[in-house]
Amino acid sequence: MTTAHLMQRDRQLRGRHRRRLIGLLAAIVVTLIAVTLMLGQSFTPPADVLRVLTGGDVPGAAFTVGQLRLPRAVLGLLAGISFGLGGAAFQVMLRNPLASPDIIGISSGASAAAVFAIVVLGWDGPVVPVFAIAAGLGIAMLVYGLSFKGGVAGARLILVGIGVSAMLESVIAYVLARAPSGTLQDAMRWLTGSVNGARLQDALPLLVAVIVFGTLLLSRARDLEALRLGDDTASALGVRVGRTRIVVIVAAVGLISVATAVAGPIAFVAFLSGPIASRIMGRDGSVLLPAALIGAVLVLAGDYVGQFLLPARYPVGVVTGALGAPYLIYLIVRANRNGGAS
Amino acid sequence: MIPHTLAVSDLTAGYGDTTILNGLNLDIPPGKITAIVGANACGKSTLLRTMTRLLRPAAGQVLLDGQSIHRMPARMLARTLGLLPQSPIAPEGITVADLVSRGRHPHHGLFARWTKADDEAVAEALNATRTATLADRAVDELSGGQRQRVWIAMALAQQTDLLLLDEPTTFLDIANQIEVLDLLTDLNRARGTTVLMVLHDLNLAARYADRLIAMAGGRVHAMGPPGEVLTEDMVQAVFALRSHIIRDPTSGKPMMLPVGRHRMEDGAL
Repeated sequence: MTTAHLMQRDRQLRGRHRRRLIGLLAAIVVTLIAVTLMLGQSFTPPADVLRVLTGGDVPGAAFTVGQLRLPRAVLGLLAGISFGLGGAAFQVMLRNPLASPDIIGISSGASAAAVFAIVVLGWDGPVVPVFAIAAGLGIAMLVYGLSFKGGVAGARLILVGIGVSAMLESVIAYVLARAPSGTLQDAMRWLTGSVNGARLQDALPLLVAVIVFGTLLLSRARDLEALRLGDDTASALGVRVGRTRIVVIVAAVGLISVATAVAGPIAFVAFLSGPIASRIMGRDGSVLLPAALIGAVLVLAGDYVGQFLLPARYPVGVVTGALGAPYLIYLIVRANRNGGAS
Repeated sequence: MIPHTLAVSDLTAGYGDTTILNGLNLDIPPGKITAIVGANACGKSTLLRTMTRLLRPAAGQVLLDGQSIHRMPARMLARTLGLLPQSPIAPEGITVADLVSRGRHPHHGLFARWTKADDEAVAEALNATRTATLADRAVDELSGGQRQRVWIAMALAQQTDLLLLDEPTTFLDIANQIEVLDLLTDLNRARGTTVLMVLHDLNLAARYADRLIAMAGGRVHAMGPPGEVLTEDMVQAVFALRSHIIRDPTSGKPMMLPVGRHRMEDGAL
C-alpha cells in the first residue's frame, strides 16, 4: 500500500470514529431530555409526554410536562449548547483552556448587565439579552484593552480577566442586595446560573442566538483549527486572522451573553466543555460541535442532579461549579509549573 | 509551468512609528534558491513578513506576477505562496499526519470535502521529507530535526510554487541544518519551487543559495551570486566584522572565516 492509501484509510477510520462519538454524545443529550421530561417528582409515561408535546391535553401532565419540565429541558439544552460552543471557541482561539469567557469576565459582564437591566431598570423581554450582548462585548474589549501591551499575552489577558470578573461579581452582589424584592433564587441565578422557573418564551431569543451565532462559529471551525498553529502559520495558510478573530469573538460573546441573560452564568460549563470534548474526541479535528453537545450534557445532567439526586434542591450552577472548580485549580497549578504558558 | 514572479517595489515598512525598510526594490529570481543574510535587526525578517502579508507595508508594494499581494484573496495567495514562520505552534498532542494535512487548508472552500488529491499531496509531502514513518506520532514527542521536517512537510502539502522560510535552520544541530537545506534543494530541483529564506549562517547561505541578498540598515547592500556577494568588504560593511574569505572545498563557493580580537596565531593578518 502506498502512503496515500494509508493516509486515506486512516482518515476514513478517524472520520468514522469521530462521527460515532458525536452520534453517541447526541444520543446522551436526547436521553437526558427524555429523562427530564418523564421523570421528576412523579413519573410521566412516554406516551403522555409525547401527547403533551404534540399539543394533546393530558390532565396533570399538561402542566408538569408542558409548563415545568419542557421549558426547563429546552432552556437547559440551548444554554448548554451556547456555553459549550462559546467557551470552546475562546479557548481554541486564544490557545489556552483558562481563556474561557466565564474565567475572563465576559459571563459576569453579561450577568451584571442582565441583573442591572432587570432589577434596577425594570426591563423585561428581548431587550435584556441585547443589553447583555452589548455588555459582554464591552467587557471583552475592556479586558483586551487592559491586557494590551504591544501585543496581547495569554497569561496577562487571563489575569486581567479574572480581576475584571471579580469586580463584576461584586457589582452583581451589590445590585441584588439593594433589590427591593431580592430573593435567594434570584441571587443564585445571577451568581451561579439556574434554569429554575424557566418560561418557554425566554428560550426564544436563545434559540435565535444559537442558530445565528452557532452557524457563524461552526462555519469558522476550520479557520479556528488553523489558528491553533499560530497566527503566522494560519495567515500563511490563507486565513484572514484579524477578520476571523472578530467574527469568532462577536459570535462567541453573543452566545455566552444571551445564554447568561436567560439562565445566568451557569458556572464553569463554558470552561469545562471544550477540554472534556477534546479529551473524548482526541486532538484531531474541530472540537466545537462536540463541545456544544458536552455543554448540553453538563447543563441537563447537572440540573437533574441538582433537583432530584441531592439532599436539597440546588440550581444547576452549584452542581457544575462543584465539577469545574477542581479542574480550574488543576489548570492553575499546572500553569504555574510551566511558567504561565498553560 | 509558468514560473511565478515575486518582486518588491519601493517597499517601506516597519512597526508603529519605526520605519525599518525604506524604499526597497527587489526581484526574486523564479525557480532559484535565494537567501537573505544580514546582521540582527537589519530588516530581513521584516522583509519576509511583508512579503507574506504578515505585515502591511506603509508604502510600496509586494508583487506576485505583477499583482499586489495585499489586494489578493487570502486563500488564492496561499495556494501560490507558502511560508514557514520562525516559531509555528504545534497544538498539544497533534499527530504528524494531522499537522501535515493542515497544509491543504487553502485548497478547501467552506464546504469542500477532502479528496484523493489531498491524500496524495499529504503523502507526497511526508515521503519527500522522510516523515511518513512518523505519521502516527505526536509532533511534541519528536526531536527538533524531525519536527522541522514535519513543518516543512506541512508547507509542501500546501503545494505552492513559491516557498518562503524564516530561519528554517535555527535551533537545529549542524547535521539537521544540512538535512533541511538538502531537502529544500531537492524540492527546488524536483519541482522548480522558488525558495526564499532568511538564513543566519553565511557559509551555508553561500553554499546552498543561487543568489544572496545581503541587507544592512533596512536596505539591500549587495545582491547576486554568492561568489560576487560574499566578500571581505561585504562582511565588514554588513556585520562590522573582519574576516577571511576562502574557497569552500566541497562546493567551490566562497566561505567566510571570522577574525575576532583574540586567539590569533603570531604573524596572522
